[in-house]
Amino acid sequence: MAEKTKISLTVNGNAVEAEIEPRTLLIHFLREHLNLTGAHIGCETSHCGACTVDLDGRSVKSCTVFAVQANGGELLTVEGMAAGGELHPLQQAFVDQHGLQCGYCTPGMLVRAYRLLQETPNPTDDEIRWGLSGNLCRCTGYQNIVKAVRQAADELGQKEAAE
Amino acid sequence: MIPGSFAYHRPASVDEAVALLGQFGEDGKVLAGGHSLIPMMKLRLATPEHLIDINGIGELKGIREEGGQLRIGAAATQADILASDLLANTCPLLPEAAALIADPQIRYCGTLGGNVANGDPGNDMPAVMMALAAIYALRGPGGAREVAARDFYHGTFDTALAENELLTEIRIPTPAPGHGASYQKMKRKVGDYATAAAAAVLSFDGDRCASAAVTLTNVGEAAIFVTEAGDALVGTAVDDTAVAEAAARAMALAAPVSDLRGPAEYRTQMAGEMARRAIRTAAARAKGG
Ligand SMILES: Cc1cc2nc3c(=O)[nH]c(=O)nc-3n(C[C@H](O)[C@H](O)[C@H](O)COP(=O)(O)OP(=O)(O)OC[C@H]3O[C@@H](n4cnc5c(N)ncnc54)[C@H](O)[C@@H]3O)c2cc1C
Ligand code: FES
Ligand code: FES
Repeated sequence: MAEKTKISLTVNGNAVEAEIEPRTLLIHFLREHLNLTGAHIGCETSHCGACTVDLDGRSVKSCTVFAVQANGGELLTVEGMAAGGELHPLQQAFVDQHGLQCGYCTPGMLVRAYRLLQETPNPTDDEIRWGLSGNLCRCTGYQNIVKAVRQAADELGQKEAAE
Repeated sequence: MIPGSFAYHRPASVDEAVALLGQFGEDGKVLAGGHSLIPMMKLRLATPEHLIDINGIGELKGIREEGGQLRIGAAATQADILASDLLANTCPLLPEAAALIADPQIRYCGTLGGNVANGDPGNDMPAVMMALAAIYALRGPGGAREVAARDFYHGTFDTALAENELLTEIRIPTPAPGHGASYQKMKRKVGDYATAAAAAVLSFDGDRCASAAVTLTNVGEAAIFVTEAGDALVGTAVDDTAVAEAAARAMALAAPVSDLRGPAEYRTQMAGEMARRAIRTAAARAKGG
């Protein structure tokens, strides 16, 4: 058994400390150590994006990052998106626009779309497709995912304007 | 798909990283963006005993211009390259190529240094670096040295980098204003390596081509610098005859294998087509098109 390393990080706003083997992948740490099973394992080969989480302001594929690399970092997973019992506008938009069928890709889509809208608050449809190009969906054909992100962008923009 | 065990090190400076590399020798490996290395470790094609994570080294991240060179820290990511105003203004070829690499998530992590040091012929940046006459700054226990990108690649996963050396910086002579450049990549989908790709960098003196560099990606054991293609363009107006001759010379050096991306004959033809497009686009851009 390899020596364990101590890490501390923030996950969805909560401080977390753990002792892990350095080879532990972030997705396994989330799912098996923290019981955060929102991020999914799809391909395990950095292609599908189902495992996407937000680490220090970047969308990353957590099957291709070691948990030790998140030491000291700030992590957001799909579990952290809804605030005060209310769905995040992106989550509500996926419901309204039928942006999912089986739902397997959805946690990755949501977390990636979250960062896309932070960086590009009012994206064109092309920018949405480009921004989500690291996330695969086998069900929807993407049209309704793009519509959902569009709806969320509009709503978040209106909220911002009202504030 | 669980990697083998290793000890993790996160040095805070280049000196510290180089000392660790010297200490571990062939048992140590640099971890940059991890998007070539970690997949290899999951398949147990790489089983380093020590990983030296260079992401905590601030001095490896900058992008700046100094002494007529664009100096890019080895740990600058593809996303950093896409966000750089300096590169957009002085060397748009770099962001153009970065945008064709993998997908957004991978571009947040993948570094320029990792892309050029990796040694996989599928990587896009080596051909771009050769076309731009980039120089790699290396540091090892024995000191610092520079190797030209055009001399760096010997074969698949065979480069001039010694196992205890760190690539610290990529130095690109700032392209003269009025140059034109293009990277043309044929791929099957987002996140795919090239079926074939080509870079061209041209400059003009009046309506005559004054200098030309043409390179190819993923149609050989390493990126290919096609000296003869550049020679076919210099002194011409980069008309159809000259472009056809340069592309023919590029195809003559292409030696792809047949694989899922297509048979070797097809990939060779596509290398020629990508070269034609890169040269034409570079020429149009040089002329302000
Ligand atoms: C799904 C997918 C699609 C991809 N598509 C493309 C593509 O289309 N085009 C493309 O070019 N790439 C592609 N890649 C690869 C990606 O760009 C990698 O990020 C890149 O090849 C390696 O950079 P890295 O920073 O991730 O390096 P790492 O994976 O960390 O390292 C790669 C190798 O380089 C060594 N190394 C890294 N940095 C240094 C340094 N500073 N000094 C010495 N040695 C160093 C490491 O030890 C290792 O051997 C893809 C990857 C994936 C997972
Ligand atoms: S499981 Fe990580 S990208 Fe598919
Ligand atoms: S909803 Fe089924 S994979 Fe996207």
